[in-house]
Amino acid sequence: MATQNTKTLARLMMAPSVLLLLVWMIVPLAMTLWFSFQNYNLLDPSSDGFAGFFNYEFFYTDPAFFQSIWNTLVIVGGVLLITVVGGIAIGLLLDQPIFGQGIVRILVISPFFVMPPVAALIWKNLIMHPGYGVFADIANLLGLQPVDWFAQYPLFSIVIIVAWQWLPFATLILLTALQSLDSEQKEAAEMDGANFFNRFIYLVLPHLARSITVVILIQTIFLLGVYAEILVTTNGGPGYASTNIAFLIYRTALLGYDVGGASAGGIIAVILANIVAIFLMRAVGKNLDR
Amino acid sequence: MGSITLRHVSKTFGEAKVIPDINLEINDGEFVVFVGPSGCGKSTLLRLIAGLEDVSGGQILINGKEVTAAAPAARGLAMVFQSYALYPHMTVRNNIGFPLKMAKMDKAAIDKKVEAAANVLNLTDYLERRPSQLSGGQRQRVAIGRAIVREPSAFLFDEPLSNLDAALRGTMRLEISDLHNQLKTTMVYVTHDQIEAMTMADKIVVLNRGNIEQVGSPLELYKSPRNLFVAGFIGSPRMNFIEGAYAQSRNAKTVGVRPEHLILSKESGLWTGTVTVAEHLGADTFLHANVDGFGPITARVDGEFGVKHGDRVYMTPDESKLHRFDDKGLALGNAVVAA
Ligand SMILES: Nc1ncnc2c1ncn2[C@@H]1O[C@H](COP(=O)(O)OP(=O)(O)O)[C@@H](O)[C@H]1O
Ligand SMILES: [Mg+2]
Repeated sequence: MATQNTKTLARLMMAPSVLLLLVWMIVPLAMTLWFSFQNYNLLDPSSDGFAGFFNYEFFYTDPAFFQSIWNTLVIVGGVLLITVVGGIAIGLLLDQPIFGQGIVRILVISPFFVMPPVAALIWKNLIMHPGYGVFADIANLLGLQPVDWFAQYPLFSIVIIVAWQWLPFATLILLTALQSLDSEQKEAAEMDGANFFNRFIYLVLPHLARSITVVILIQTIFLLGVYAEILVTTNGGPGYASTNIAFLIYRTALLGYDVGGASAGGIIAVILANIVAIFLMRAVGKNLDR
Repeated sequence: MGSITLRHVSKTFGEAKVIPDINLEINDGEFVVFVGPSGCGKSTLLRLIAGLEDVSGGQILINGKEVTAAAPAARGLAMVFQSYALYPHMTVRNNIGFPLKMAKMDKAAIDKKVEAAANVLNLTDYLERRPSQLSGGQRQRVAIGRAIVREPSAFLFDEPLSNLDAALRGTMRLEISDLHNQLKTTMVYVTHDQIEAMTMADKIVVLNRGNIEQVGSPLELYKSPRNLFVAGFIGSPRMNFIEGAYAQSRNAKTVGVRPEHLILSKESGLWTGTVTVAEHLGADTFLHANVDGFGPITARVDGEFGVKHGDRVYMTPDESKLHRFDDKGLALGNAVVAA
């Protein structure tokens, strides 16, 4: 894209897709914004018209509001921590020449292909169930009291399930990055007297920076809206212990039939997501340059 | 101190025996060049010495101490890789200082050594740059700097100049020779380029299929190659090999004559040929001619010797500089029975 001519042409060629994306984004956003200022409750069709900031006030004063923001951040942060650390660890292991490497890699990737509600149900009924879950069996075997995961540690359980689903994604991205590390650089570091730990700190980790950034950014987008896993396991409870913003909106809209309130929640979620995005781009975005 | 001894060193990768059995003595302070065609096991041999590969058999001694099982860092050697292998996210300063940092040297001492090395290598103005902001020759120098600061007992170079353009290669060749004269540290240098070998080495080791064909000084190899392989590999343009009646008349299976040992004439000579290509280099001309009786021959003549494609030329070999080889390809010595 060197000359003025090619630049103009490029803009022209990109215009349709940019326009499509813009419409795709603007229309739902505008409608949500519109509804968020309307009285629009399916149980009370008689009261309609402009509502001012009532919907926002309603959503904001919901006793679950601040907790759900906190829970959203805990889920995002917790899952990112587990998947990035775990992904690097598993990536390092898979990068070693081992017998049956191909099969092992496919096995490691497979959780990503399981649909979220299915994965959550398996975790709920086969793994974390206090009566016949695998964890309970292990606890019994050790003579311990089985843990009722979803009652005692609801948010932590959700984090574990979601992390299990996203670990393969992180592993895959980080493994490819590890494999692209120049082997002569590793050997040079070895000759320079760097042990495994130092090679990791000074060579591998800087090399992974960009991929880690990609993992963090992509996962954050999806983790802000975790929903299915909560719905089929804890249903947001006990109380609001495992309700995040997405789930709170669902509650307002489909359990409270309050479209206006839910729309206000949606707008708040969009603002929150943007705050997180700005924060993230400040923190790690520079790794994407160059 | 930097002597290296290889005793019956061998290396196999799975089924492939890349290095069957090598014995070699590298003396302290020597500039030794491993030369041979691509894939003959030069890099493998260097990596065995460095400790980046384990030997399949035999022993490696450095300064008389057995290091066959020692880790690379423990051998006190520094290596310069073909790809330079610089750390891309570190500045030149940190790249050069990395081995010292790993050795837990304090910051002030590292800075002093790095700056001294940068001074020697003309890198002082580039210390805060990243490798990606440097030219090929500068990267090469950073890689050398990283090796120098460790004060190793020997330097290992694996085709360090093959990624540079011809002009820069010439300059870097001089710089590395110069560095060797300054430091007087043992250097082991791998290349497939016989010109690099001839110009830089104190001692050349000619390798072929993992075997040592001959060890000697550049002039020894040039004057008395031990076999056909060495004769053909060392010297540019290549030595001409002549078989048949002429060779038999000299009591040999094959006779070798270097292009520079042919006396050319436009009037008379022992052999007659037709010029196919004349490569004019200015001072010299490389004449490729089809000689009646035994085919293509290359001759090196003075640049003033004006001939062109299709001209008839006469040539006579300098009998005192003929190389004779028996039917196993081994040299028979230069003594020639007068025909
Ligand atoms: N890690 C390896 N595994 C299997 N074969 C190898 C390995 N490294 C080198 N080889 C083989 O050993 C031979 C010599 O390689 P190398 O030492 O790199 O040659 P050179 O440096 O002289 O060009 C080649 O045939 C190459 O295919
Ligand atoms: Mg090589």
